[in-house]
Amino acid sequence: MERLTNRAKAVERKPMTFLESLYLWNIAKGMGITLKHFFKKKATISYPEQKREFSPVFRGLHVLNRDEEGRENCTACGLCAVACPAEAITMEAAERLPGEENLYREEKYAAKYEINMLRCIFCGLCEEACPKDAIYLSETFAPANYQRQTFIYGKPDLLIPHPKEEPELYAKAAGGRVVVKTGN
Amino acid sequence: MSELIHQNIKLPEGSIEKQTTTLNLGPTHPATHGVFQNILELDGERIVSADQTVGYIHRAFEKLAERRPLYQITPITDRLNYCSSPINNMGWHITCEKLLGVQTPKRVDYMRVIIMELARVADHLICNSIVGVDTGAYTGFLYVMQYRELIYEIYEEICGSRLTTNIGRIGGFERNFNGVVYEKLERFLKEYPKVLKEFENLFQRNRIFMERTQGTGAISAERALSYGFTGPNLRATGVDYDVRVHNPYSSYEDFDFEIPVGSTGDNYDRFLVRNQEMWQSLSIIQQAYQKVQAFKGADAEVYHADVPEYYLPAKKDVYTKMEALIWHFKIIMGEIEMPKGEVYQSVEGANGELGYYFISDGGRTPYRLHFRRPCFIYYQAYSELTQGAMLSDAVITMSSLNLIAGELDA
Repeated sequence: MERLTNRAKAVERKPMTFLESLYLWNIAKGMGITLKHFFKKKATISYPEQKREFSPVFRGLHVLNRDEEGRENCTACGLCAVACPAEAITMEAAERLPGEENLYREEKYAAKYEINMLRCIFCGLCEEACPKDAIYLSETFAPANYQRQTFIYGKPDLLIPHPKEEPELYAKAAGGRVVVKTGN
Repeated sequence: MSELIHQNIKLPEGSIEKQTTTLNLGPTHPATHGVFQNILELDGERIVSADQTVGYIHRAFEKLAERRPLYQITPITDRLNYCSSPINNMGWHITCEKLLGVQTPKRVDYMRVIIMELARVADHLICNSIVGVDTGAYTGFLYVMQYRELIYEIYEEICGSRLTTNIGRIGGFERNFNGVVYEKLERFLKEYPKVLKEFENLFQRNRIFMERTQGTGAISAERALSYGFTGPNLRATGVDYDVRVHNPYSSYEDFDFEIPVGSTGDNYDRFLVRNQEMWQSLSIIQQAYQKVQAFKGADAEVYHADVPEYYLPAKKDVYTKMEALIWHFKIIMGEIEMPKGEVYQSVEGANGELGYYFISDGGRTPYRLHFRRPCFIYYQAYSELTQGAMLSDAVITMSSLNLIAGELDA
């Protein structure tokens, strides 16, 4: 075959030598390599007792973020639902009533917010789309359950613990990435 | 007895006296690594004919893409050849950039080259070690997996995911490479040559492996070309065609590398070509890494093109500035200025020329998008490659062609 470029380099393909045709030699050679690995450090970890460290940007299950006073950030603008290629997010907006200022950060909030985790492909586009710091992908992953219905996560499943009432749980859920909003 | 049957049931001529056995290899068979169906006609252990069925995991990607804005198509391309999804993602970004007329800075190109070559190594690693597993050698597969894991950790550090990466954006990357990426990359460049050498020692000159793979699944250069083979499978037949050289994208013209070619196009040649390509990829990564490191000062912070119309503004601007917020909404809603026209862009995917044919009518989504998927083309030749071969060789041929069900069916 004529060469198309001057960069081609034929791979080395020699016929088998006498030594290589001996099974015993092959076994010895293979065993030698395998035995060396006996004394190497173990490459595996015992999940779930041990867990490997994730990168701070790991894309796991979602959390709905709160600000430092524990008010929900989400204003139900619907941008995450628009950005979702799997069409997994649905929401219903509601207006904040007087006296609910300690619950919701802005005048509009998501009364219902659902993510169908069976549809979700964990692409992270919802987080990228959010203009209010309200949705993050956390380090939690691999949920397990018996019923499909339980994988449709509502607000109680998604909301991050209150930063003032449960600071430890909050820190755990927030991981390395969630930004806490301060001031207005 | 035979007469009785012929009296009562009308069977096709000769169906009772059939000398061959029909075997369904797949769609879910442990030897097929994916959802392929092969209806084999066997004479003893020899294959008389093979009949392929495609479409078991057809997910209508091309149709799905017709109603999604460009950035939402990236997660779809992840699921083509999922062993090397970053190459698919980058190919898609480069296609969009070609249509939109976006020029990427050199640093972005070199960063892309690093990621794409890492993906190529990961893909070839899987393919070659699976060929090993199919010939009965599990050990090599286990030893190299640690290094695929390391590659996945590098992806994870950049995009947050390991397999279905959705890495990069139109115009560049979503974030700059951090210290951990460089640290892991250096570790990879330092340790991987030894591992690859060991992998070669286990297989390349092993008698059993040589005898199982040499002369099986062979195809001539002419036949391969007429089927439309590309990538390592074509190079194994002796044709030095490589998209990175013939039609450079992402500044591949700045890199110095060789194209490994085989001579007979059999399974052994494909194995050798892939192994050599991993060495070449390592050298490309080394060169690209040096080029990325050479950027100093403000240039070293560039990780995307300066195209505010297509690339999302920084989050802190979105929270504070009205202009940025407007652009943010526009881009997410898919309301970008898309020119009319059609483009074809191909990249050297891990198992061949991965092409994107993109027709735009100026709307917010592609009018038509076609993926040129190399696996689909290889699978057409599978019947010819296995005719007259032993059943166990057909399994090796399948893994050696690097058939990935996700890419085959789209």
